[in-house]
Amino acid sequence: MDQISLQQEKGTSLWKDAWIKLSKNYLALFGLGILALLCIVSILTPWIAPYGYEEQNLMLGATAPSLEHWLGTDIFGRDMLTRIMYGGRVSLTVGFIATAVALIIGVLWGAIAGFVGGRVDAVMMRIVDIMYALPFMIFIVLLMVVFGRNILLLFLAIGAVEWLTMARIVRSQVMSLRKQEFVEAAHSLGLSQWTIIRRHIIPNTLGPVIVYTTLTIPSVMLLEAFLSFLGLGIQPPQSSWGLLINYGVETMEEYPWLLIFPGVTLSLTLFALNFLGDGLRDALDPRTSKD
Amino acid sequence: MALLEVEGLTIYFHSRNGVVKAVDDVSFSVDAGETLAIVGESGSGKSVTCYSLLDLLPKPPAKIEAGTALFDGIDLLSCDAAQMRRFRSNDIAMIFQDPMTSLNPFISIGEQLIEPLIYNEDKSRRQSRSDARLRAIELLDEVGITDAEQRFDCFPHEFSGGMRQRVMIAMALINEPRLLICDEPTTALDVTIQAQILALIKTLQQKRDVAVIFISHDLGVVAGIADKVMVMCEGTVREANDVESIFYRTEDDYTKKLLAAIPEGAKVMANRAHSEHPEKSEKPIIQVHNIKTYFRDYSKTPAGHIKAVDGVSLEIQRGEILGLVGESGSGKSTLGRSILQLAPITAGSVLFHGTELNKLSAAKLVPWRRKMQMIFQDPYASLNPRMTVYQTLAEPLLYHGLANAKNIDQQVQQLIDDVGLARSNMRKYPHEFSGGQRQRIAIGRAIATKPELIIADEPVSALDVTIQAQILDLILNLVEKHNLTMMFISHDLSVVRYISDRVVVMNKGVVIETGNTEALWANPQQQYTRELLAAIPLADPRSERLRSANP
Repeated sequence: MDQISLQQEKGTSLWKDAWIKLSKNYLALFGLGILALLCIVSILTPWIAPYGYEEQNLMLGATAPSLEHWLGTDIFGRDMLTRIMYGGRVSLTVGFIATAVALIIGVLWGAIAGFVGGRVDAVMMRIVDIMYALPFMIFIVLLMVVFGRNILLLFLAIGAVEWLTMARIVRSQVMSLRKQEFVEAAHSLGLSQWTIIRRHIIPNTLGPVIVYTTLTIPSVMLLEAFLSFLGLGIQPPQSSWGLLINYGVETMEEYPWLLIFPGVTLSLTLFALNFLGDGLRDALDPRTSKD
Repeated sequence: MALLEVEGLTIYFHSRNGVVKAVDDVSFSVDAGETLAIVGESGSGKSVTCYSLLDLLPKPPAKIEAGTALFDGIDLLSCDAAQMRRFRSNDIAMIFQDPMTSLNPFISIGEQLIEPLIYNEDKSRRQSRSDARLRAIELLDEVGITDAEQRFDCFPHEFSGGMRQRVMIAMALINEPRLLICDEPTTALDVTIQAQILALIKTLQQKRDVAVIFISHDLGVVAGIADKVMVMCEGTVREANDVESIFYRTEDDYTKKLLAAIPEGAKVMANRAHSEHPEKSEKPIIQVHNIKTYFRDYSKTPAGHIKAVDGVSLEIQRGEILGLVGESGSGKSTLGRSILQLAPITAGSVLFHGTELNKLSAAKLVPWRRKMQMIFQDPYASLNPRMTVYQTLAEPLLYHGLANAKNIDQQVQQLIDDVGLARSNMRKYPHEFSGGQRQRIAIGRAIATKPELIIADEPVSALDVTIQAQILDLILNLVEKHNLTMMFISHDLSVVRYISDRVVVMNKGVVIETGNTEALWANPQQQYTRELLAAIPLADPRSERLRSANP
């Protein structure tokens, strides 16, 4: 009996508790569901898309939504649903991979700089300042010129820019955390610096990190659209949500559906991300109530 | 009719988890020139009661369910916002607990002080800036700030805690209030400063004939200042009577418990078993030779040094509890951290079992860290808020290989039992516990690695008196049971006397005096020690009165 209750008492960690709490937050679950659905559709697109992504029908031209083309067609007569589905592949990949790159580099960089402090901190943060000062466009153009145009490079380039702010946020959090007594207690237990960062510092910076992450994903998606628009990202006939929206804006007056549908898709993704992000932040903070 | 008459005050807090009866049918009255002390532990409703008088409670969740509070015949609880502002600016003033945070750091002392005069709610009572300045300087002088005129333009960070509290008092008095509410005004201060502030409040009150409500968790503090005492517990009044009846003739069990919990260094012999004192022949467990710990001080150009510890030597024998006392800024905490190698020392050496710790690299230090642990002051900051009790206690065991996956559960249970917590608490997070329970968890973490030496840095300063007594007893028990050696750092001399075998008095980074506890109390050699001892508030109204009569 005692053994059973013990299993229940200790069989918990921050992450398990977070999952239990998250599973009771319907709004967050809804967000998670939408995101999962979008991801699955994107993965399966080559098999389930109604048309090919470069299939043009110049005779047809831009048509409003119909039974044949649920979301209408663009000026080249390409099916919008298909283009949004293919666009999702690019946008979601860019969003998640570039953000993941930014998240990993930024959190580690900021945590190490803030925790070690002193000269290490000064050098690391000056590097961040220098990167900030570099004009972003020149940086990307240089990368493209040196390594050639490559979608993977695009992810890395965007990630390499977005981590700077993350590093600053995490560093300022860590600076205040490392003076806390529980970190000092961990020192006096003899834990190694890395263990302290991993177990005591990073989990306590999660709140702002999650919020910033949910803000980074959409901004990365729009950044990709901007780069593609300038001819530095992906090229037509490939598409992404950002590109579709850009083209949609141009023809907004005659063919509003070319703007509305990609716009709605992107907004839906952002809503889902925000709901999930809010839910995660609450779930990862033990101080919010359990029930 | 008294100046303030509170009748049947009832305040509930409505939260998601149900209704909390914060204040339940409380009645009291205060007259001009009278001091009412409201005493109770945290959560007893003493602050809520007083905050409701000035409409300072957050509503919701707080809701005043019933009652009246007649101030000069007008009900404070039902008057409108404009009327309340007039009361606040002219009639009722409040002094808060923490002088470090209750002043605006961006505005000079003088400017904050004259605010209530030049922006008075009552237009007719507004004063010109120059008049207000004169009045403020006069008042600063009265509360004992020297060079008030030069100090007028200083900013809060240029003042010490005691000085800031004086400024707060001046600010409260500047509009000649008729009622002064003091919410634990000395809890955050050192004993010597506390004695000065208490004396100041008392003189000012007698001079101006104001009514004072003095909130405190410590009966010992109010003995010298109160005329009447009201003891509160869980929202209700346990006992209300004049101060002598409370201290000498109380029938109430709770009041008795509070009285008993005061670590009465002044009366009771320390309860440590002195008989089995460690043999002197044994080598001391810790030898500290002339250590100095300096911090860089960037506020000066060129950057100077703050000499936190400036040449201290001491030894700690196996099995003894060494008390380390001093006021804030005396370097006692830094000394503790220096011994544990948590603060890098500038010069000198720390020998633990003859090994010079300060020469070891971080990696070589790890096995030694296991043998010396620390208990921190603030149980709210010393536990990782995102780790459960189980994780907090298991971490040191697993990290140092003292337990494996098989016996870790049993070892953690053992620790939880040792520090007197229920096993059902294991998967809870720190925020779900009270201060005392958290300190138990922190103590559990400190003893997990089976250390030989524990340095306890003000482990009970943040706790209520009754909890304080429990934690002190827990520490004493554990010291006996696990044969620990301890350095006990505190600014509270009564606590140190209660727990220590030997005492070291520190001031400004150097040791002033060392001696066996009782010998030191009976016969302090140094002037500084004598002053420190004289400042301890006696939990005894009669002797307090005698003391203030012949200072």
